[in-house]
Amino acid sequence: MSLEAHDVSFSYVPGRTVLERVSLAVEPGERVAIAAPSGAGKSTLCRLLAGYLEPQAGTVLVDGERVDAHSARARAPRPVQLIVQHPEQAFDPLARMGRSLVEGVLRPGARGARAGARSRRAALERARETGLLERFGIRDAWLERLPHELSGGELMRCCIVRALLAEPRYLICDEMTAMLDALTQAELWRAVVAIADERRMGIVLVSHSPALVRRLATRVYPL
Amino acid sequence: MMARASEAAARDAAQTGASPACPLLRVEHLSIGFKMYDPAAPYFRARKVEVPVIRDLALTVRAGELLAVVGASGSGKTLLADALLGRFEPNARVAGDIWFEGRRCDAADLTRLRGRGISLVPQGVDSLDPLMRVGEQVVGACGRGRAGRERRRARTARMRELFGAYGLAPEVERMYPHELSGGMARRVLLMCALMDDPRLIVADEPTPGLDMDLAVHALRDLRAFADAGGGVLLITHDLELALRVADRVAVFCAGTVVEETASANFAAPELLAHPFSRALWHAMPEHDFAAACGGEGER
Repeated sequence: MSLEAHDVSFSYVPGRTVLERVSLAVEPGERVAIAAPSGAGKSTLCRLLAGYLEPQAGTVLVDGERVDAHSARARAPRPVQLIVQHPEQAFDPLARMGRSLVEGVLRPGARGARAGARSRRAALERARETGLLERFGIRDAWLERLPHELSGGELMRCCIVRALLAEPRYLICDEMTAMLDALTQAELWRAVVAIADERRMGIVLVSHSPALVRRLATRVYPL
Repeated sequence: MMARASEAAARDAAQTGASPACPLLRVEHLSIGFKMYDPAAPYFRARKVEVPVIRDLALTVRAGELLAVVGASGSGKTLLADALLGRFEPNARVAGDIWFEGRRCDAADLTRLRGRGISLVPQGVDSLDPLMRVGEQVVGACGRGRAGRERRRARTARMRELFGAYGLAPEVERMYPHELSGGMARRVLLMCALMDDPRLIVADEPTPGLDMDLAVHALRDLRAFADAGGGVLLITHDLELALRVADRVAVFCAGTVVEETASANFAAPELLAHPFSRALWHAMPEHDFAAACGGEGER
């Protein structure tokens, strides 16, 4: 039971390899920090682990299954969720926050506008029941807003909740709080770590701040 | 211009005349608000209301000094940078006193000083034109004719001198912005600001996306500028980084500067006067990583 990358290689441009034969395993409940200078491929590795990119060689396995196999079969959210540094780029600019927030947990099968709205309302109701919105301080008023009407910190809260609603077994946090002030950073990380401990969720994190890594990581993986 | 700084300027012109002791930049009672339709009222009956964002803000930057303004994201720090450069939104209402080199400035003065005394290092790397070679952007428009050619020659020479001084390879001149790494792009933005020999640089979040080494490197360039006698106003949310390079830190909270203190005072919370500064200290990962203080930063 772990999130594993086996001899993964990747390049965006042929001949210019970003990652070469990288192997990494993350156990549930672990918090692994990826340490490397900029441009070394940390974000690329994050995307590979989350299944956003496909490795050109090697495999990424989640608890023994290929990272993209699970969702294709079960039509369920992926067991590895990625949180990126720029929350303003992570939302549909034309969708209200309430809609974006539950897009991962909609039950499939709703057809037509009215059924879609009903299904979204139900999903939002389920989301509220988890108590996650409350824990991350998401206010009801935000749900009716568009992404550009929220600040970076507010959007990041929504990003985290959206990912956690999918009940991932592994959470990848790529410079999650680099854009936020120290207070918000501490608050959000404390909440995420608490939930990870409750659910025995594995975390992969990337941060430019050595102090933050020392504070959070149970293990450092040098890329 | 919307700024009302001008009427204040008329009120007392007595403050002019630079003395050697006067700071490079002094801001007092700066308030910025936006006129907008009342978001709480029903759509068609909404009246225009003024929403204050910055209120009664004061700070000073001396020559040879790097002052960091540290505060939460989305709390209006960029507005402060815009105000210092005389860049106002059409619906903004700006009031307050700004002195630059002992001279009181109104909005027109600030616009004139932009690029001729005060330069901005903007937040986004996307401020570079993606379709223009780096060299051309740094040199900028020079006009036509003989005078234009003369000017272009002088500015190109200045650019090469700067590139050499800040460790950018000559071939960068011929590159397009997408070919630059994050750190190089930051440097190019700084070069653009330095081209006009500013006395004050306003740097708005110059480091996000850079790792610690590169960020410190980028800030070292600003530090070098301050050490050479210029003034730097560094706007950032990253206290950890600010403490590494700044002489003094202005703590920005809820639209105003609550405390201006020496960086050294962040060694211990007892040395900090305001509760918000202390909360920031406690929230730093190398200290308590505490998330107390009821979300003052977030609105």
